[in-house]
Amino acid sequence: MADTNNPTPPKRPLVEVRDLNVNFVSREATVRAVNGVSFDVMPGEVLCIIGESGSGKSVTMRSLMQLHPKKRTRITGSMRVGDHDIMALSDKEMNAVRGRVISMVFQEPMTALDPVYTIGDQIAETVMRHEGVSKAAAMERALELMQMVKVPSPERRLKAYPHELSGGLRQRAMMAVALSCRPALLLADEPTTALDATVQIQVLIVLRKLQEQFGMGVIFVTHDLGVAAQIADKVAVMYAGRIIEYGSVKDVLLKPKHPYTLGLMASTVHGQNRDQDIDAIPGSPPDMRFLAPGCSFAPRCKLAQPECLASFPEPNDHGNGHMSRCFRTAATTPAMEMGIA
Amino acid sequence: MWLYVARRLFLTIPIGLGVTIICFALVYLAPGDPIQSLLPPDASEADKIAIKKAYGLDEPIPVQYVVWLGKALIGDLGKSIQTNRPVIDEVMRAFGNTITIAVISVVLAMGIALVLGIIAAIKVGSWADRLSTAIAVLGISVPTFWLGVVLVIVFSVNLGWLPATGMGEGGSEDFSFLEWESLQYAILPIIAMTLTPLGILMRTTRSTLAEILGQDFIQTLRAKGLSEWQIIVHAIWNGAPQILAMLGLQLGYLVGGSILVETIFTWPGTGFVLNTAILTRDIPLLQGTILVLAMAFVLINLIVDLLQTLVDPRIKRT
Ligand SMILES: Nc1ncnc2c1ncn2[C@@H]1O[C@H](COP(=O)(O)OP(=O)(O)OP(=O)(O)O)[C@@H](O)[C@H]1O
Ligand SMILES: [Mg+2]
Repeated sequence: MADTNNPTPPKRPLVEVRDLNVNFVSREATVRAVNGVSFDVMPGEVLCIIGESGSGKSVTMRSLMQLHPKKRTRITGSMRVGDHDIMALSDKEMNAVRGRVISMVFQEPMTALDPVYTIGDQIAETVMRHEGVSKAAAMERALELMQMVKVPSPERRLKAYPHELSGGLRQRAMMAVALSCRPALLLADEPTTALDATVQIQVLIVLRKLQEQFGMGVIFVTHDLGVAAQIADKVAVMYAGRIIEYGSVKDVLLKPKHPYTLGLMASTVHGQNRDQDIDAIPGSPPDMRFLAPGCSFAPRCKLAQPECLASFPEPNDHGNGHMSRCFRTAATTPAMEMGIA
Repeated sequence: MWLYVARRLFLTIPIGLGVTIICFALVYLAPGDPIQSLLPPDASEADKIAIKKAYGLDEPIPVQYVVWLGKALIGDLGKSIQTNRPVIDEVMRAFGNTITIAVISVVLAMGIALVLGIIAAIKVGSWADRLSTAIAVLGISVPTFWLGVVLVIVFSVNLGWLPATGMGEGGSEDFSFLEWESLQYAILPIIAMTLTPLGILMRTTRSTLAEILGQDFIQTLRAKGLSEWQIIVHAIWNGAPQILAMLGLQLGYLVGGSILVETIFTWPGTGFVLNTAILTRDIPLLQGTILVLAMAFVLINLIVDLLQTLVDPRIKRT
C-alpha cells in the first residue's frame, strides 16, 4: 500500500476504515448494522466507541477481524490495519493476522475462555501458533504475560482453569491471551462491563499502562462515559450504525455538538451505574431492518426540525478533527447551556 | 484426583452388592422350579430332598445368599444344571465372544460417528451433514433383528459371500480375527451390531459439537488466529464428557443386549447363553451370566466416569 520509507513525518494511521457498511442478510430481512463508518486510529492511540445497545459497535470491531458468519454477511468499504488490507486477505492470511497483528478482548470473561483448557495452555497456544516456538518457551512467555497483567501468584494461575478464577482475574487472563503476541491493535469490546466497579478500575489501569508500554493502538467499546473519559484519546459516538460525532475526548465530552451525545452526557451525570445510564434518553433506537432516509436520531431528538427527516446530514467540521453529523449543531450548545436537550 | 478415583471405586461396592442380590433373587422370582426340570415327573419326595440338599436349596434364603456370594467372590458360580460344567467357564468364554464384537462394533461406530459428526457440525447442511443425518435416522429406526435377517438373506443366501451363522469350524477356541477363515463369521454380526450405536453416536457427536461451536469461547479461539482444525480440537475436548457418556451407554447396551443379534447369527456369546439358560431353566447359568453382564455394565460406567473427570476440570476432582 503506502510507501513506508516515505520521509514525510506525519505518521500514517495504524487503522484506516473508510465507508464501512455491514449488512446481515437473512430470508426475512436485511439488518443494516453498520452504515458508512469511517475512522482512523493512530499508533499508540486509544479510540473509544460509545453508543447505545445495538448501535453497531461490536459489529464494527468484528469486521476488523472478519469474525462475522461469512454466508450471511455483506461487507463493503475498506479497512486497513498496518500493512494489511483486511478486505483483500484470504482466510489463511486473515488467520495469521488474528491474534498477532490484531487481538480482541471480549465482554464476558466467564464465557470467552475455553472452560476445559488451563489459562497457561490458552495463552501458550496463541504464542505457539504465531511464533512457532516450543511449548516450554510459550509457557515462559505466558508466565511473563500473567505478571504483566498483574495476576497475583501467576505460576499457580497458569495451571488453573477459568472457573477457578474470579471475574477480574479471568479478564486479566483474557488480556494476557490477547497481548501474547504484542499486537499492533487491540480491540476491547466492553472488557470491563461485566466486572465490579473497583475491579473495573484495576483492569483499566493495567490496560492503559500496557497500551502505553507497547505503543499499541486500542479500540475500546464502552457504554460508560466515565470509562471513556479515563482511557480515551479520541471518542466516536455511534448511533444506528453510523458515527454521528467524533473527536478528541475533550472536545466530544466537554463540547458535544450532537444532541445525542448531549443526551448521553446528561443521562450520565447522576447514576454512574453501568449499563443503565444511556437508556435515560426517551424513546428507543430505530429498527435496523427499516432505516428511514433522514437522521436516525430525529424521532427522539428535542431539537429536530422537518429537514432532519428528509436526508442524513453530512459531516460538520468543528476544527481539530472534531466532527458531528447534525443539521442542528448550531442549536446544540445553547441547548446544553439551557439544560433542555 | 486419586482420592476421587478411590471414592468412586468405593461407591461401586454397594452397587455391586445390589446387583448380586438381584441376581440371587432370580432363583425365587423365576417362574417354575428348577428342580422339577432336572427330575423325572414321577420322582419321589426323597429324591427331591436329596437334590435340594445337593444344590444347597434346603438352607434358609439369607444363608444361601451368603454362601452363594462367598463363592461368587472367588469365581465359583456353581455348575450349570444342564451341562454340569462350571458356570464361570461357560460364562467367561461366552463373555469373551460378546465383548470382542461389542468393542469392535462400538469402536467402529465411534470412529465413523466422529468423522462424519465433525464434518456435519462444521458444515451444517453439507453432504456430510445430510449423510450423517440419514445414517442417524436409519440407525435409530431400523430394528437390529430385521437388519440381521436382511444381511443374512442378502450376503449369505443370495450372494453367498459370507457365512450366516456360528464362529467357524473350530468354534470359539480356534477363532482369530487375523484369519479370514474365522473372521468372515464375525463380519455380519458386527455390521448388525454397529448400526444402532453408529446412528446414536453420530447424532450425539453432531449435536454436541454444533452446540459447542456456537458458544462464545469459540469466537475467542477464532480471534486468536487458530486454524479451523485447532478449533475443532477444542470443541471435541469440550464435548468429550457427553460423547463418552453416550459411548459407555452404547457399549453397555451391546454387551447386555445382544441377545437378538447373537441368536440370529448363533454367535456363542452371553446373549446366546442367556437365551439357552432361559429356555432350559438353567438357573445357575442364568444367574452367573447376568451377574457377569451387570458387573461389566458397572465397570464400563466406572471407566466412563473416571475418563470424564479426566477431560472436564469442572467436574470436581476432590
Ligand atoms: N451475526 C449477526 N446476524 C444478524 N444480525 C446481527 C449479527 N450481529 C449483530 N447483528 C445486529 O446488528 C446490530 C448491531 O449489533 P452490535 O452487536 O454491533 O451492537 P452493539 O453496539 O455492540 O450493542 P451492545 O452494546 O449491546 O453490545 C444489532 O441490531 C444486532 O442485532
Ligand atoms: Mg456489543
